[in-house]
Amino acid sequence: MPTLLEVSGLIAGYGETRVLHGIDFAVEAGGVTALLGANGAGKTTTLRAISGLARRQGSILFAGEEISTLATEEIARRGIGHVPDGRGTFLELSVEENLRLGAITRSDREVGADIARMFGYFPRLRERIRQQAGTLSGGEQQMLAIARALLLRPKLLVLDEPSFGLAPLIVAELFDILARINREERMSILVVEQNASLALALADHAYLLETGAIIMSGLARELRENAAIRRSYLGY
Amino acid sequence: MQALWHQIFSGIATGGIYASVALALVMIYQATHHVNFAQGEMATFSTYIALALIEAGFPYWLAFLATIIVSFAIGVIIERVLMRPMAEAPVLASVGVFIGLLLIFNSVTGWIFSYSVKAFPSPFPETSQFLGGWASPHEVGATLVTLVVLVLVYGFFRFTKLGLAMRAAAYNPVSSRLVGIRVGWMLALGWGLAAAIGAIAGMMVAPIVFLDPSMMSGILLYAFAGALLGGIDNPLGAVIGGFAVGVIENLAGAYVVGPELKLTLALVIIIAVLIFKPAGIFGRVIVSRV
Ligand SMILES: Nc1ncnc2c1ncn2[C@@H]1O[C@H](COP(=O)(O)OP(=O)(O)O)[C@@H](O)[C@H]1O
Ligand SMILES: [Mg+2]
Repeated sequence: MPTLLEVSGLIAGYGETRVLHGIDFAVEAGGVTALLGANGAGKTTTLRAISGLARRQGSILFAGEEISTLATEEIARRGIGHVPDGRGTFLELSVEENLRLGAITRSDREVGADIARMFGYFPRLRERIRQQAGTLSGGEQQMLAIARALLLRPKLLVLDEPSFGLAPLIVAELFDILARINREERMSILVVEQNASLALALADHAYLLETGAIIMSGLARELRENAAIRRSYLGY
Repeated sequence: MQALWHQIFSGIATGGIYASVALALVMIYQATHHVNFAQGEMATFSTYIALALIEAGFPYWLAFLATIIVSFAIGVIIERVLMRPMAEAPVLASVGVFIGLLLIFNSVTGWIFSYSVKAFPSPFPETSQFLGGWASPHEVGATLVTLVVLVLVYGFFRFTKLGLAMRAAAYNPVSSRLVGIRVGWMLALGWGLAAAIGAIAGMMVAPIVFLDPSMMSGILLYAFAGALLGGIDNPLGAVIGGFAVGVIENLAGAYVVGPELKLTLALVIIIAVLIFKPAGIFGRVIVSRV
């Protein structure tokens, strides 16, 4: 499969603090890549660097184009749908407005149809369409955030800890839907997770991040069998 | 009784002016969390532009339209050139810039157009048989113009894509950028719209109070009181607050404190709101679950 995103020698941080010390990884078109690591490893910073929300240096090639010097909004317009840490809901706006914002840069006439297709994945959003988004539960807000990012019609969906703060049943449902989205929409996904077993079940490739450096990478099913990973991250 | 109605109606007319300026203040406050103290001076400058155009022979409504467009452009340019580099600056630095802007507009207005008081024409007739004695045609006309502006602004924010993008940028700049909204331009547009609304307020109030470089300073204080009363983060609340302050001011000026002490009333309202209801009457309570 061709490479959609290729990150090399990425150094990133905030102000004077350096969080990432030159990391390399890639996301294949049509695949699901997981970035694993403990709390504070630099996973969110990696995603923020890709979207231009953290100070960064090094090369980020997306669909063949260098995006490491572009502004966040231009990177989004190139086709990266980023569901940020904390979900980034427009709390004061309605569910419908949140969805319309996902498609705000589009001028085609298929937005309505795309929103309807999102209701296929997330039926609960349809019931809550007029509600203020801040009143949704955490799981519903996560679904709204994913639908919002998909409405951009991105080439790559980027997810920052989609399981965070959600009940196990909701998380299982959410990851099933993500697998469907990957299959049915042929959507390439880069997912960051602390919950390694979940992420390794969804992903086909994975990287392990520790204090700003990648210490292991490979096929997800091989990493699942790896003794060190099992001990430190899977807990069995 | 007729006198009372007259006072109430002129209160609504001037309240409409306060409501417009209050709306302009709220628009910039929502996007930047700063109150643009120079809003009034910018509006005065715009009103002088209108006067210059009218004196140069432009028909009133053409001058009106041209002034709105020029004011919009001035607002956009101020945001791009002056405010944008200040985006990351501490609050006091921004306040300094606003006050500097106020002084600059005040002096530039005086320098270009002179400090002498000038009459400004009303587009509405002097008298009208329909209205009897209890409102002047200009008061009615200015109120209608204000209402049209408010409805247009509301419709723009509520029903257009650009309006939605501007609201989103004000509420959540990071998420807005992640969906591809050019937040910097939304801010500039907000400044442009606020300047255009201020210009309309200036052109509507100038025939009542006469035009001089400090024409809007008292009005800005009332508008600020109205915005606080209704809720500085709530456009509709600020508009209602502006009308309410207009009526309160007129009634109090006529029956309670007399015209000399009217301006103090704005301060009393501001202080009372800040002490008793800091979020304003319609201040939004954000419902949120995590
Ligand atoms: N805005 C910030 N400013 C300074 N340091 C930060 C900021 N955000 C995160 N960090 C630091 O960067 C490191 C990595 O954080 P993060 O990327 O959020 O980790 P993860 O997402 O893997 O939990 C942590 O040590 C954290 O304290
Ligand atoms: Mg994180």
